[in-house]
Amino acid sequence: MGSRYSFDNPDPHNAFITICREAEYGEGPLSGIPVAVKDNISTAGIETTCGSNILKGYIPPYDAHVITHLRSAGAAIVGKTNMDEFGMGTTTESSAFGPTLNPADPTRAPGGSSGGSAAAVASGMVQMALGTDTGGSIRCPASFCGIVGLKPTYGRVSRYGLIAYANSMEQIGPLAGNVRDCALLYSVIAGYDPRDGTSLDLPAPAPLKAEIAGKRIGVPAEFFGEGVDPAVAKTVQSGIDRLEGLGAEIISCSMPSMQYALAAYYVTSMSEASSNLGRYDGVRYGTAPDFVRSWHDAYSHIRKSGFGEEVRRRILLGSFALSAGYQGKYYAKAQAARQMVRNDFARLFETVDMLAGPTMPCVALPLGETSDPLSMYLADILTVPANLAGVPAISVPCGTAHNLPVGLQLIGKHRSEDEILSAALAFEEGSV
Amino acid sequence: MVSKEDVAHIATIADIGVDESELDLFTGQFNAILDYFDVLDSVPIGGDAAPLRKNVFRDDEVVPSLSHDEVLMNATDPEDGFIRAPRVI
Repeated sequence: MGSRYSFDNPDPHNAFITICREAEYGEGPLSGIPVAVKDNISTAGIETTCGSNILKGYIPPYDAHVITHLRSAGAAIVGKTNMDEFGMGTTTESSAFGPTLNPADPTRAPGGSSGGSAAAVASGMVQMALGTDTGGSIRCPASFCGIVGLKPTYGRVSRYGLIAYANSMEQIGPLAGNVRDCALLYSVIAGYDPRDGTSLDLPAPAPLKAEIAGKRIGVPAEFFGEGVDPAVAKTVQSGIDRLEGLGAEIISCSMPSMQYALAAYYVTSMSEASSNLGRYDGVRYGTAPDFVRSWHDAYSHIRKSGFGEEVRRRILLGSFALSAGYQGKYYAKAQAARQMVRNDFARLFETVDMLAGPTMPCVALPLGETSDPLSMYLADILTVPANLAGVPAISVPCGTAHNLPVGLQLIGKHRSEDEILSAALAFEEGSV
Repeated sequence: MVSKEDVAHIATIADIGVDESELDLFTGQFNAILDYFDVLDSVPIGGDAAPLRKNVFRDDEVVPSLSHDEVLMNATDPEDGFIRAPRVI
């Protein structure tokens, strides 16, 4: 430690909730590199809000494991980025701190929920950023903002100090302007941590090298199914053609469990959220309750004023899905569907090395246009399968549709980050 | 179909305050979302779809943790080293 990074850039896209204007940094692979951190990752001494009024003023007394790694790698942590409240959204518009604007078109949302991290990178404010991905929250904004975003294998990056939304699916991961920076940040944060009971003890990531020739890449028909904008499909298809031109073997395949994936994801994530967010009562942290009211009355009151509408909707639906008489219809069925998704991936990965398709079925949406929750949920259809199965997936820019960025998604086997990063690098270099 | 009364009941058990005006909005949205979730009705239970889960246990070892002051630093108005909560009755 000792050096200071002055970060006094303007923030025209509202990418940040908190800016650290004088950031300390040290020696290491990220020495002096400005890195932004999503505001649901605990940073000792720096306010951490999850984009919610209920955590305004909360100062974590400890660092998340990934922050410890960033600091020892010499990174300058320049701020905490805007996000959909508790990660619940696809646009970053549910933040209590106002929406983030998409640097590619400021009349549009950057995607979500890690929209602030993506906008901070895409606008050039920072070289790289940490996001979190529960159902696509790294890959969606990467796609919409025209940058690279990686969701690692479940367990590859410690969740210690990540404020929980849906524990069984979420992972911390890197966003960056190119594959090399994305891989560099990934190599710093990946690793075993006994404080996360689901952490995997694996060798360090291999040095990055472009490699795509001879890879068998499956393209499930369902990834180009109903709801995918034809202009997006065309751009992604030309990206897949380029993969073939670089020597990959493209194999058509099918993933029937896709019909259940979105419902399984939302039932599971809402159920987990209803339990996880039970802790917000203002007693140990966050906005204080009214001590004059009685217990339930005080909590109902503070959770109404502190949580935004989408968070309350998901807590209520999750509570409903787990309630007596409905648990078998919703939660148990969702877990069976989740296993079907896992089985489909396992079957496909017997014959292909990775899968390819669009990251998102559409381009970035105009700000203020997604008032209907169900239609917003439907936009996550192509990203949630990787979270349900715990496999790694990356979004890499592959061109434009309607003059807006489009992401190509590569989904790999468990623990195959090195392989999909190598393929993404070959694609990126071959696209230049 | 869930009714306004169902939503109000869930809001009570989840300690989430809901205004009367919001009950109509949430009830309509819940029915649309739950209709979509009905696709899960056709998921077979058992066989290949049986979820594979196993618990992994570790020894319970005492390790250094946060100090008393750090634990209380975000609590409102702690008293004699204790956090305060609303009255129970």
